[in-house]
Amino acid sequence: MTICGKASIAGAYEHPLRVIPDRTVAQVHADVAVGALADAGLSMDDVDGYFCAGDAPGFGGFSMAEYLGLQLRHIDTTETGGSSYLCHVGHAAAAIAAGKCSVALVTLAGLPRSDPASMMAGARAMFAGAPEAGFEMNHGMTIHGGYALAARRHMYEFGTTSEQLAEIKVAASHHAQFNPDAFLPKAVSIEEVIESPLVSDPLHRLDCCVVTDGGGAVVVVSPEIARDLERRTVKVLGHGEAPKHTNNGRIDLTHTGAVWSGPRAFEEAGVTPGDIDYASIYDSFTITVLETIEDLGFCEKGKGGAFVADQGLRAPDGRLPFNTDGGGLCNNHPANRGGMTKIIEAVRQLRGEAHGEVQVPDCQLALAHGTGGSLANRMGSATLILGQEDA
Amino acid sequence: MSDLPTFAPPVTPETKPFWDATAEGRLVLPRCTSCQTVIWYPRTFCPECHTEGVEWIDATGEGTVYSYTVTHKGDGPWRDESPYVMAYVELDEGPRVLTNIVDCDPAKVSIGQRVSVRWAPTDEGPAVPRFAPAP
Ligand SMILES: [Zn+2]
Repeated sequence: MTICGKASIAGAYEHPLRVIPDRTVAQVHADVAVGALADAGLSMDDVDGYFCAGDAPGFGGFSMAEYLGLQLRHIDTTETGGSSYLCHVGHAAAAIAAGKCSVALVTLAGLPRSDPASMMAGARAMFAGAPEAGFEMNHGMTIHGGYALAARRHMYEFGTTSEQLAEIKVAASHHAQFNPDAFLPKAVSIEEVIESPLVSDPLHRLDCCVVTDGGGAVVVVSPEIARDLERRTVKVLGHGEAPKHTNNGRIDLTHTGAVWSGPRAFEEAGVTPGDIDYASIYDSFTITVLETIEDLGFCEKGKGGAFVADQGLRAPDGRLPFNTDGGGLCNNHPANRGGMTKIIEAVRQLRGEAHGEVQVPDCQLALAHGTGGSLANRMGSATLILGQEDA
Repeated sequence: MSDLPTFAPPVTPETKPFWDATAEGRLVLPRCTSCQTVIWYPRTFCPECHTEGVEWIDATGEGTVYSYTVTHKGDGPWRDESPYVMAYVELDEGPRVLTNIVDCDPAKVSIGQRVSVRWAPTDEGPAVPRFAPAP
C-alpha cells in the first residue's frame, strides 16, 4: 500500500504570538485546533482522528481529546521530538487510506519562553529514566553542545566553515523580514553571525533557533472530504521516517536519519530531489540544515557548505528556496519543536499564500523535513513530500 | 584533577559491575558472551545478536578524540564551569563514548588527539571516567 495521493492537508494554522504568558498549554492546543479547522472549513465535530506528541499536557492524547471534546475512532501519540508532527501527517494519511478515520487533527503547543521551568522539568524526568542516563549525566551535555559535536566533526571531515553555516541563518533572516509575526524579523549578515558569542564552539548564538511560546495545527482529510471543501488543499504524496541511534557505540555525527527517511518519501511520491520547488528544512541549528540537505540528496555528502553559500537557500531564486517564514532560526520554534511550522509553511507555498517577496512562482512540489532529539546521535528524522492540489 | 560537577550515577544490578570497577580505578566494558561484541553503553542485552549475557573485560583506558566542543553556556550546575570541553572519545576497544577532556587548555584539544582516562570520584563510591591528553 502507498499513501500517495490518498489524503490531503485541508487546514493549517500557526499561532500568531511568540510570547504567551497568560494561557496554558492546553488552551494553546485548543487555539490552534480551532484555527486549523476554521482554515479547512471544518468543525470539531468532523474530527474522528487525533494526533499529538510529547508537548501535549497530562496524559497527552487522552487529556487533549477530553479537553477538546473530541469523539474519536483513531488516536496516535507518536513521540519523536520535533519530527513527531511529520510522522503524524504520514500516519494520518495511512490511517485515512486504511479507512480508520477521515478527518485527522494534529496539534502542537508549548510555552518554553513563559514557562521554561516546566519544560526543563519534563525533559529531565524523561532523561532520568533512560538506560543510558548514568553514562551521560556527568559530562555537561546541553542541546547546543550535542549539535556542536556534530558540527565540529562535519568541519573536520569535509572542511565546512562557520561562514558557510552562517549563510543558512542569513537566508532565514532575509525571509523573516517579510513575516510580521517573526520573533527575529531583522536581516543579519555573515559577520553578525560569526561575531555573536559562542555557545558551544563552533556554534554561535545566532547559529541557534529562537525559543518561543506558541503552536500550530494541521487537518488531514480523505480525498472525498477534500473535494467538497472550498479552500485549496495540499496533497500528501510521500512520507518517510527513520529513528537513528548510537548503534552500539558506532556514533557517526556526520549524517542524520534523513539518509533513510528521505529516499522512502521520494520513492513513495515518485519524485527526486531535483523536482522539489520549495523545502521546509528543520532548523534547530544551522548545522541541522546543512547535514539534512546533504542527507536528503540535494547535494553530495560533504558539499552542503558550498550548496548553501552565495544565497543558495534564498527564495525565490536560490538553488533550494527554504524556510520562507524565517524558520526556527528567526520566526518560530514553538515548544522547542519546529516540525509543525515546517509543514505549515510548505502548505502556504503550495497554496501560493507565502509572502509575495518569498513565494516560489508556480510552486508545485514541496518537501518538509523534521528532526527530533540530538543531531545524528539519538534522533528521529521524518520527511514529507507534498503537492499542489492539482498535482 | 578536574573539579567538574560530578554526581553519583544510578547503579542498578545491570550496571553494577561497571560502577564497582570504577571505584577501583578500572574501566571495564561488557562483552557479549554469544558474539563477543563489545557493548556501549553498558548493558546486559547485546544489541548486535539480541541475546542476554555479558562478561566484563578490562579496557586499556586509552582512546582518540572523535569530536569535541568547548561549551561556553552550560546548564544547571555546569553554568559556572564554562568553558568546559565535552567530547566523544573513541576507545581503543571501539565504542565512541561521551566524556569530558580535562587537565588541559581547551584551545589545545583536537580531533584525533590521543587521550587516557582520568577518574573523577563521587561521594558514593563510583567514579566517573573523563579523559586527558595522553602523556
Ligand atoms: Zn551478541
